[in-house]
Amino acid sequence: MNPHNVGVIENPDGYGKVGNPVCGDLMEIFIRVKENVIEDIRFRTFGCGSAIATSSMVTDLAKGKTLEEAMKITRDDVATELEGLPPKKMHCSNLAADALHAAIEDYREKQKKE
Amino acid sequence: MEKRIYLDHAAAMPVHPGVARFAGQFPDGFAGNPSTIYREGLVAQETLAIAREKVAGLIGARSADSIIFTSGATESNNIAVRGTALRNAKKGKRIVASAIEHISVLNPAKDLQKGGFTLTLAPVDRYGTVDLDALGAAVTPETIVASVHYANNEIGTVQPIREVAEIVHDRGGLLHADATDAAGRIPIDVERDGVDLLTLSGNQLGGPDGVGALYIRPGIRVQPVIFGGGQERGLRPGTENVFSIACMGEAARLAGEEMPEESRRLRAVRDSLIAGIMEIEEAHLTGHPTERLPHHASFRFSRIEGESIQLAMDMLGIAVATGSACTSRTLEASHVLLAIGLTHDEAHGSMVATLGRENSEGEVPRIVRAVGETVKRLRAITSL
Repeated sequence: MNPHNVGVIENPDGYGKVGNPVCGDLMEIFIRVKENVIEDIRFRTFGCGSAIATSSMVTDLAKGKTLEEAMKITRDDVATELEGLPPKKMHCSNLAADALHAAIEDYREKQKKE
Repeated sequence: MEKRIYLDHAAAMPVHPGVARFAGQFPDGFAGNPSTIYREGLVAQETLAIAREKVAGLIGARSADSIIFTSGATESNNIAVRGTALRNAKKGKRIVASAIEHISVLNPAKDLQKGGFTLTLAPVDRYGTVDLDALGAAVTPETIVASVHYANNEIGTVQPIREVAEIVHDRGGLLHADATDAAGRIPIDVERDGVDLLTLSGNQLGGPDGVGALYIRPGIRVQPVIFGGGQERGLRPGTENVFSIACMGEAARLAGEEMPEESRRLRAVRDSLIAGIMEIEEAHLTGHPTERLPHHASFRFSRIEGESIQLAMDMLGIAVATGSACTSRTLEASHVLLAIGLTHDEAHGSMVATLGRENSEGEVPRIVRAVGETVKRLRAITSL
């Protein structure tokens, strides 16, 4: 267990948070965007091994991608890159792609306001 | 690579070396169905009788015939709850269980509700001790059987079983006590404790898997829950698992013999483990601080999750358990941890260490270091 891109970005360009502690999984994704590309990405996760692994994997997959490319990363892509997840973990712990998308949405909302 | 440290004896016990030696003494070609009357059958019968004596001896049962052998604690619990309730249904169709019983007690009890039985769960306090007043209110003259275990496998709390028995008997009920985790670790005496039915697991005594026993006080009527031949007084039909039963008997004998010394030794190791782990920031003991099984240490750590604790500890060479929902088949939080008043996210952060004969004081510093490192790592990742 050696997760990549752990931590926070101060004043992130986009921030996404999904899950809840009752289910045992709560993920946060922070992104820094430059010229439509995810330049830096960090995560924090409360959850099981699968939750931590999917968080780490989604940050690896998204780093350096354009926002459009990153929006296309699915839960299945994450699970496939990890060479599979236990079936019962596919739903509860495979939230990382959702957190990434939430962070990108948040970035786009902020752009609209500016 | 460093030697592994196994701290999940509540899940599976290694077979006691004395039991392995005993098993090795069985003659090659040993066979014999105890239901037959030729010599091989008589040897098998005698083998069962000896095992029954040994198991009866561990729990202070006066008659070896009060012991029936089963496939394990789950089956014993099912027969005790379901078989007793159904056989005595005309008394009133009420059953009681503590809120933190094992699911092999709670699930048959819940299933009986479909047949018109009323199940009342007696609550426990924050240490997991059954609330005796609430138990007194739950048990009525119509109650057939109340099931309260000697001790809990997730939090180690030992129940005041004699007071429980008094309450249940005062109201005319029967007491079933699951002793799966307690037997061989604390003294058990069905006469002194006032237990009417008692569950044992072969593996938890240091014997093989797939064998257990149920003590039924003479005179108590129980009906079978599976049907077949007349083995084990008709309560556990099917040809007896002679070899495993013999090994369970030997495990019971050894457990009784070694308990005073081994429990003292494990209690000391357990106490230093608890002292070390409680030094970690935001570590909390779960279960009772003193009235707990001698081999049992259980904790929760704020803001982190138990399955990831388990995985991280595994990578450091140490096997521990957790009550986290993420490791259960149903993905539901442990009913035990919720019953002692933990919130869902608190229950997620549980870690349980149950010691056995191969553990020693010398391992404690490495375990404490590993837990400290794991907690620190996961806290660096957590979003809570």
